[in-house]
Amino acid sequence: MMQNVTLGQYLPGNSVVHRLDPRTKLMLAFAYIIVLFAVTNGLAYSVLALASLAVIGLSRIPIKMVLRGLRPILMILSLTVVLHVFTSREGTLLLGFWFVRIYSGGVQQGLLLAFRLVLLVMSTSILTLTTSPIALTDAIELVLRPLKRFGVPAHELAMMMTIALRFIPTLLEEAEKIMKAQLARGADFESGGLLKRARSLLPLLIPLFISAFRRADELAMAMEARCYRGGEGRTKYKVLMYSRLDVYAALCFALISGLALAVSFSL
Amino acid sequence: MSIDVKNASYTYSPDTPFERQALRSVNLSIGGGELVGIIGQTGSGKSTLVQMLNGLLKPTAGTVTVCGITTTAKGVKLRPLRQAVGLVFQFAEHQLFAETVAQDIAFGPLNLGVAPSEIAARVDDALLNVGLPLEIKERSPFELSGGQMRRVAIAGVLAMRPQVLILDEPTAGLDPKGRDEILARIRTLHRERGITVILVTHSMEDVARLVNRLVVMHEGGILHDGPPSEVFCQWESLSRIGLGVPQATDVLRRLRLEGWNVPAVALTVAEARQAIVAAWRERGGQD
Repeated sequence: MMQNVTLGQYLPGNSVVHRLDPRTKLMLAFAYIIVLFAVTNGLAYSVLALASLAVIGLSRIPIKMVLRGLRPILMILSLTVVLHVFTSREGTLLLGFWFVRIYSGGVQQGLLLAFRLVLLVMSTSILTLTTSPIALTDAIELVLRPLKRFGVPAHELAMMMTIALRFIPTLLEEAEKIMKAQLARGADFESGGLLKRARSLLPLLIPLFISAFRRADELAMAMEARCYRGGEGRTKYKVLMYSRLDVYAALCFALISGLALAVSFSL
Repeated sequence: MSIDVKNASYTYSPDTPFERQALRSVNLSIGGGELVGIIGQTGSGKSTLVQMLNGLLKPTAGTVTVCGITTTAKGVKLRPLRQAVGLVFQFAEHQLFAETVAQDIAFGPLNLGVAPSEIAARVDDALLNVGLPLEIKERSPFELSGGQMRRVAIAGVLAMRPQVLILDEPTAGLDPKGRDEILARIRTLHRERGITVILVTHSMEDVARLVNRLVVMHEGGILHDGPPSEVFCQWESLSRIGLGVPQATDVLRRLRLEGWNVPAVALTVAEARQAIVAAWRERGGQD
């Protein structure tokens, strides 16, 4: 029941996309999102969508896995489309009865915005599906390091993220175990009104919090026992290195986003 | 009161790259009042099997019928099943949540709709059954020692008055004293209440002394099923899957290899000692 979380899941592999430096992937995904919000017409979106599909093809991730990541945002997507369709007053009138007025501009904008959200989630899914969480936090630390001068605690942020990511599956597993134990004692998490359901979660949440605090305590102790003192002077076992592959990836990305921007602003 | 597992299979995360078959077409039937040990390596499917017995998991193929309730039947009510089959999870003390020991033990009966006046009696009864003094009733469960917390958790399941009691690794992480106490309590419960007890473990020493019947699981299937003395004769197959036999049996096996005339199986150290002394006398040795 709880294992169906695709967002942030990593699928190990050895494709070209997997082998890219995580910093490259992180920065390209970020740049992709900027371009995504800079361009404005359907044709440019299509160029970006094709690029996404090409990357998915190269990474050899089953498209099903990527699409599954879209499921949680289905609500937001439909809400976006519906709100635009019914509130926008641009373009020509398509349909008008009683108080409902549907304009072509609204339909167009709603669909484009939905398309934009789909591409946004897809690109971040590709990033997390092809990059192990550890590599990703490593990349975040290195990318943020220049900002240290302005007081950004790059190492601490990365370490917090690593720990959080590391414990998501553990806590999910624990939650499922406690839930089963209480179900076996006749607990009922599903029926009753809002208040009753909130109350019925207590036998699940209290043990979960207690064990989370206990784990945090034990982890802090174990880290101290191995002389952890923060990021100062800390070296890495695996040092990230850019390769020729990263240069190619950056060039491809520059070409595609150039194309998308040109298409968007020349038309 | 019987348990019938027919051709039951279970697959975790089907249709994903993480798909894993935990049980492969298992057949098992357990009658009322039996004391059964289920033993196997981590990942052999024993936890999956016992979770199917009270409907927490439903088989992806095959059927599980307990007390006449088939878990995969349409519109089945699982609450009577949860009452009939008490399941104590591994590290059961992690499920404690209430402010006082009494409230925590009362959680199960309360969910079953037992009358408040009877609940109080059940709480006392359950505490006595796990060998805890009634004085701790009003204390917070989080102030207790690990072994005591484990026993409070077991009491919480006993208070539901199950006909089948399943314990998943009830002695894991306890010191030898705590382990012996819990095992002795389980034996007493089985004898005095006549309930069916299923003990899941990977410790041969625990089950050897306790159970009448031993089910050995390996890679999602049942490898051996019989009285401990018979199962322990399969030394080669047991050691191949990394389980081994109790130390007492192992000593006798080695003596036999040296040509001693001792029985093949001893479940306890006392039994082994007796057999060795007898063989020693037979050889004309002095006491």
